[in-house]
Amino acid sequence: MSLIQTLLGTVLFAVLAPVVGCLLAGADRIVSARMQGRVGPPLLQPYYDVRKLLGKEDVSVSGVDGLYMTCALVFTAFSGGFFFSGGNLLMSAFLITMAALFFIIAAYSSRSPFAEIGAGRESLQVMAYEPMVILMAVAFYLATGTFQVAGVFDLRHPIVCTTWLAFIGFLFILTIKLRKSPFDLSSSHHAHQELVKGVTTEMSGRTLAKVEVMHWCETVLFLGWTGMFFVWGGPATLIVGVVFALLAWFLEILIDNNFARVKWQAMLKSAWIVALVCGGVNIAVLMLL
Amino acid sequence: MSFATKSPWVIHYDASSCNGCDIEVLAALCPGFDLERFGIVNTGNPKHADIFLVTGSVNERNQHVVKQIYDQMVEPKVVVACGICACSGGIFHDCYNILGGVDKVIPVDVYVPGCAVRPEALIDGVVQALDILDQRAKALEAKRKGA
Repeated sequence: MSLIQTLLGTVLFAVLAPVVGCLLAGADRIVSARMQGRVGPPLLQPYYDVRKLLGKEDVSVSGVDGLYMTCALVFTAFSGGFFFSGGNLLMSAFLITMAALFFIIAAYSSRSPFAEIGAGRESLQVMAYEPMVILMAVAFYLATGTFQVAGVFDLRHPIVCTTWLAFIGFLFILTIKLRKSPFDLSSSHHAHQELVKGVTTEMSGRTLAKVEVMHWCETVLFLGWTGMFFVWGGPATLIVGVVFALLAWFLEILIDNNFARVKWQAMLKSAWIVALVCGGVNIAVLMLL
Repeated sequence: MSFATKSPWVIHYDASSCNGCDIEVLAALCPGFDLERFGIVNTGNPKHADIFLVTGSVNERNQHVVKQIYDQMVEPKVVVACGICACSGGIFHDCYNILGGVDKVIPVDVYVPGCAVRPEALIDGVVQALDILDQRAKALEAKRKGA
């Protein structure tokens, strides 16, 4: 995979992912509202929110949280660039973890006790989902013989045929990665069920806008990972991947609207057990085959 | 219209009083009225809020809290006094510990009377507040460009 291709992918991802992610976030809010018997906001509401945040006064507490969030955005863009240009899946997974770490540092930098609790919980979420992400990448390697995402196009059947167990495990941690209930520990979308606003308590204006844009990009990337399991043969099968990614996205919204938050102990235990059972067993079977 | 009016996030605080107005504020935010149609989100964080809904009169103990929340909010911002107690002190106006309406502590932009304030009146008040928010957002934008 050439450097130019990765850079081109990164630029394209940085331009297109916020657009797609914004529309997905808007559709998410409408679908959630319909599930609750409401009409919901306009489709472009997340865009309006971010435009408003960009117009707010700059009142950063530490003065550096904006810079950390910019770093998080850049790492997210590179992670998406590596993945969507057909590059290394493991690299994509590590880069998106770097983005998550910068987000956590941004929250810690304010020294606010509320933001620190949120940052601590965000760290726990990273601890909970990271083993499964690595096992997912290993399962991908065993199924395709390469870490290059473009390798799926050379297969005769989608990797989900041999890695369906790891896929179930990945779906489980997708809820944590998308920060959906019951695993929205670091920052709930709803007031009054959170310690002020968790990890984003001290972020406002432009910094908060960056957090929102990062979430949009993350959603697109993670749905890309989901779709990857269902692609084979040639680029025409990308449509199958998109369909299954959207199905997974709908499932996440359904879960989000139907479950109350769990304690962090339950999240960590269940995520690791799922990683061990689904990821571990799947990898053992693939190695024996 | 600026983007500030398209996504007004609110924070509400009950200074003192019977709590009736606070319940009406939450009623207005409930699915029945579905204020999210207009992008209104109830946020528990003053740093994310654009509109401050205060119910109840201000007393000696919580005047600092009201001021603290107001100071933490990021410009442009507006304050709506919800209910007669928040407007003037209401039935509690001559209690020994009551300072009076919210405007004794922080600048108030819109007064919404009522005991308890009706959700419909509250929505009208917030719509008026949006006009003021729009002016402030434009003023801030002009200041930023001039600077």
